Amino acid sequence: MRFEKKDILDIKSLDTKEITMILDTAQGMKEISKRPVKKVPTLRGKTIILFFQEPSTRTKLSFEIAAKRLSADTVSIAKSSSSIVKGETLIDTAKNLEAMNPDIIVLRHSSSGAAHVISKQVKCSVINGGDGIHAHPSQALLDMMSIREKKGSLAGLNISIVGDIAHSRVARSDIIGFSKMGAKVSVCAPQTMIPNGIESLGCRVAKDMDTCVEGADVIMMLRIQKERQGNILFPSEREYASLYGLNPARVKLAQKDVILMHPGPMNRGVEISSEVADSNSSMILDQVTNGVALRMALFYIVAGGSRHADSY
Amino acid sequence: MQILIKGARVLDPGNLDDKKDILVRDRKIEAILDPSDTSNLSDSSDVQVVDASGMIVVPGLIDIHVHLREPGHEYKETIESGLKAAARGGFTAVCSMPNTDPVNDNSQVTAFIINRGKYAGGARVYPAGAVSQGSSGTSLAQIYDMQQAGIRAVTDDGLPVENSLLMRRALEYCNGLNIPIFVHAEDKNLMDGGSMNEGPHATFMGIKGIPNAAESIMVLRDIALCELTGAAVHFCHMSTAESIEAVRQAKKRGANVSCETAPHYFTLTDGAVKDYDTNFKMNPPLRSEKDRKAIIEGLMDGTIDMIASDHAPHSADEKNLEFDRAAFGIVGLETSLPLSLKLVQDGMLSMADLVDKMSKQPAKILGIDNDIKPGNPADLTIIDPQIQYAIDPSIFISKSKNTPFSGRQVQGKTFLTMVDGRIVYKKQ
Repeated sequence: MRFEKKDILDIKSLDTKEITMILDTAQGMKEISKRPVKKVPTLRGKTIILFFQEPSTRTKLSFEIAAKRLSADTVSIAKSSSSIVKGETLIDTAKNLEAMNPDIIVLRHSSSGAAHVISKQVKCSVINGGDGIHAHPSQALLDMMSIREKKGSLAGLNISIVGDIAHSRVARSDIIGFSKMGAKVSVCAPQTMIPNGIESLGCRVAKDMDTCVEGADVIMMLRIQKERQGNILFPSEREYASLYGLNPARVKLAQKDVILMHPGPMNRGVEISSEVADSNSSMILDQVTNGVALRMALFYIVAGGSRHADSY
Repeated sequence: MQILIKGARVLDPGNLDDKKDILVRDRKIEAILDPSDTSNLSDSSDVQVVDASGMIVVPGLIDIHVHLREPGHEYKETIESGLKAAARGGFTAVCSMPNTDPVNDNSQVTAFIINRGKYAGGARVYPAGAVSQGSSGTSLAQIYDMQQAGIRAVTDDGLPVENSLLMRRALEYCNGLNIPIFVHAEDKNLMDGGSMNEGPHATFMGIKGIPNAAESIMVLRDIALCELTGAAVHFCHMSTAESIEAVRQAKKRGANVSCETAPHYFTLTDGAVKDYDTNFKMNPPLRSEKDRKAIIEGLMDGTIDMIASDHAPHSADEKNLEFDRAAFGIVGLETSLPLSLKLVQDGMLSMADLVDKMSKQPAKILGIDNDIKPGNPADLTIIDPQIQYAIDPSIFISKSKNTPFSGRQVQGKTFLTMVDGRIVYKKQ
C-alpha cells in the first residue's frame, strides 16, 4: 500500500487502513532507535522545515530526532526568530519557505486550521504538528501506537479521557482516532471544559470521574493548563485534583491491567498523582519513545515510501 | 426628458399590484397609466422608453444595514463604490453604519457622508449616527445635532451598548427625538473571543464558539428597556431562534420593537464553514439548521420585519488569514436580492411580502414615503424574476469580494435601478 495524501493534517481525514499502515510502519521504525548507530539513509537529501510558531519542547524535539534518524536535513524556525514578528502573514511565510524547496513542512501554530490553510498554498507536504485546539494527529497516532503495543488492538477497548477537552487538540484527535479504530471513548471534566457537541466526534460524556474510569482499559489524563486559570474554568487546582485527579483509588475502579497515559507535560498532584504517574501501569514515557518512531513513519510515508525504511 | 417604464407588473404592497406603465418626469413619478393609454407616448421623441415586459417594478429597495467604510477605510469600500454596488443590487437607498474612522458621532461626519453620497451616482445614503461618543459606550453622542445633519437612526453597530443605564438613557433621549435605535445585540463576555457558532462544527474544527445566548441575552435586555422607556428598538442582523422568539413575544405584548435578518442567516448554516474558509466568518455567525428554520418562520409570520444585508466589505488581506485572526463580515449588497428571492421561489414568502421586507418596512423605519404614486420621487427598482445565473464576485462593483456565495446558482436579478428619476443601474 502506498500513502496517497500529500499532507497529514488531522485524524479525521485518515481512514482506518491508512492509520493501520502508519502504525505498522512506526512499529518497524522503533528498532532503529535501539541501534548503536541510530541512523538510516532513507531520507538523505530531503529537507524538513520545523516551523513552530508556538512553544513546544517535546513535539519539536521528537520531530527533529525522527528526521535526523532518517538522515533528513532539518531546519527549525520559531516565532521569535521568524518574520512573523515583523508582521508577515502566515501564508506569505509559508510561500517563502516553499520557495526554498523543502520536502516537508511541520507546522505548529496557535490558530486552528493553520495547517489546512498553508497546505493549500504550498506544493510540499505539510504535517500538522498541532493547530490551535483543532488537531494534533502525530500525538493521537503515537497514542494509538502505544495502546496497540500493550493491548494488541484498539477495537472494543474502553478508553477514558479526562481533563480540559474544550481546549485540547490532543483530546479531539484522540477521540476521533480511538473511536475510528473501534474503541469506546468516554470523556470527563467539569462542564466548563466540555465543548458543545463533543459527542459528535465519537465519545460519550461521563457524569463524573468515577463513572468515567470504571472498567476502563486505558485512562488518558490531559494537562490542566495553569495559564487558563484566569479563564474561570475551575476555582482551584485543589478542587480540581479532588474532583478530576487520577489517584490510586480511582485507578482501582478501572480494569486490573489498565494502562495510564498522559501527553505531557504533567502537573503532578493536580491531574495525576505521582504514585500513579510513576506506577507500572504508566505508559507515559513509552508514549514519548513511540513518538519518535511514529514521526519517523510519518516523514517516511509522506516522502513517498511504501516499504520498510531499512530495506533501502 | 421623460422616461416611460413599459410592460411591467407594478407591485407596491398595500397600494398597487397591476400591469401598469409608469411615466417619470423631472425626478418624480408623473403618472401611473394603463398600458393601453401609453402608445402615443412611447412614440414621442421626448420620451425614453424602458421595455420592462416580464419584469416587476417595485418601490426602490432599501438596505438598512450597510457598512460603507468611508471615511477611514477606503481600501475596503468608498461611499461611491458602495452606493454604486447598492444600485447594482437593486437598492435605491442604504442606511450606512457609523463605525467608520472617525466614527459618525457628530454632524460634520454626517454631512461629509451625505455630501459624498449626493455625487456618488448610485443609491441614496441615509446615515445612522453613533449612540455613544466614539461608539465607546460611555456617554451619549450629539444625536440631535446629527439628526439635523441628516441621520435617520442611531446605533453603535459593531459593538453592543454594554452599559444598561446608558442604553436606557439613549432610548429615553431618542424617544423624544423620534429617532429609532438599531441594536447590535451581543454580550461581549459571552462571546469570549469566539469566531463561529458554538456547536458540533466549531468543536470539531477547534474554533472557539459563540453561543446563541450571546445574542438573545441582549435582545431580552433591550426588550425590557424598550418596555421600560416606550422608545423604538430595532434589532439588527438577528440570527438565533431564541432572539426571534423573544421579539415575537414582545410584539404580542405590544412592545415597540422591530427586527431584521440577513440573507446568509436564512441561506446557510454553520455546517457550511468548511476548510476554514474565512468568507464564511461573520458576526453574528452562521447558526444551526434549527436557527435557520426559525429565521424563515420569523420572516413568514411577520416577526422579522425586514431583510438587510449587513454588507461588510473587507480586503483580501484581512481575510487571507488564520480563521480566528480574519475579519468578521461579508459583502451583501450585490447578492441580497437574489438570495431573498429564493424565499419567494420556495413559496415561503409572497413577492409582496418580500417587497414589504426589503422596501416598505425599511422606508417606514427611516421615515421615507416611497409609495409608487404621482408626485413621489422616482426611486424604483425593476426586477427580472426569471434570469438564472451563478454569482460571480469578480464582477461585483463593491471594492471587496468577500462573499461565501461565489459560484452559487440563483434566480432573479436587478434589471434597472432608478434613483431620483435617474437610471443609476441598468443590466447590460
